[in-house]
Amino acid sequence: MRIGVVTFPGSLDDDDARRAVGIGGHEAVSLWHGDHDLQGVDAVILPGGFSYGDYLRCGAISRFAPVMTEVVAAAEQGLPVLGICNGFQILCESHLLPGALIRNDHRKFVCKDQKLRIENTRTAWTSGYDEGAEITIVLKNGEGGYVADADTLDRLEGEGRVVARYLDGNPNGSLHDIAGITNERGNVVGLMPHPEHAVEALTGAGTDGLGFFTSLVAASV
Amino acid sequence: MARYVVDVMPKQEILDPQGKAVLGALPRLGFAGVVDVRQGKRFEVEVEGEPSDETLAEVRKMAETLLSNPVIEDYEVHAQASDQ
Repeated sequence: MRIGVVTFPGSLDDDDARRAVGIGGHEAVSLWHGDHDLQGVDAVILPGGFSYGDYLRCGAISRFAPVMTEVVAAAEQGLPVLGICNGFQILCESHLLPGALIRNDHRKFVCKDQKLRIENTRTAWTSGYDEGAEITIVLKNGEGGYVADADTLDRLEGEGRVVARYLDGNPNGSLHDIAGITNERGNVVGLMPHPEHAVEALTGAGTDGLGFFTSLVAASV
Repeated sequence: MARYVVDVMPKQEILDPQGKAVLGALPRLGFAGVVDVRQGKRFEVEVEGEPSDETLAEVRKMAETLLSNPVIEDYEVHAQASDQ
């Protein structure tokens, strides 16, 4: 499959995401924030880092980038979209996912190997995992506290839309220990930790993140 | 020129880590008795033409669309008296 990775001004992890896409067995396609063009890709990744200086709020300006008009429209038609870290923030600001991400409750930047439980394996991006799988990937963020009102949290929990949950302690104040969620359809996933940094044994926290980049094949078979 | 002020504040039920940091700093500086601090944003928006209901509505739309995130923030818009 051809998987597009968007580069915003300030993206840091677009290169790693493209590399992970390749290791996952797909072709990575570079997409540019300023283009109204998804180049016919089969899925899109919004990578981590920053975007437009994250002025105002993280993701608030990038939500209105030309490429996001196309991403939002395509996601509503079912295109698989994965937002990692800043990408998750952009998906929330775009209203493709509910809730928002605020500054870590302890006000410090976190950079660590983080244990997670994959709780929903019905999404386009997690179907390759076993339900309940415990994985360790990198978490690095300053504004990773997931918040939503009580009704939204009830709905996410009731519909099984929490994709990943933090284990062994909450690293950033996220409500319900939420690390990642999906939309009703299961094609859009937002995740605060970084699976693209855990795809090679040589570096990083191991290869537990690879499933996010191989699941699309499993889903399409 | 029509001038408007948009005040954006984190919703009461949303944790405000920045406000908490300021709250923590004040007693260390000798300011006693401070019970709570919440930190928000203030935008001063200037729009062409005379102030009108239409312009006010337009600024409200800006506040809803971009200046605030209604999921975590409340906003208030008020016209600022012209200094001329």
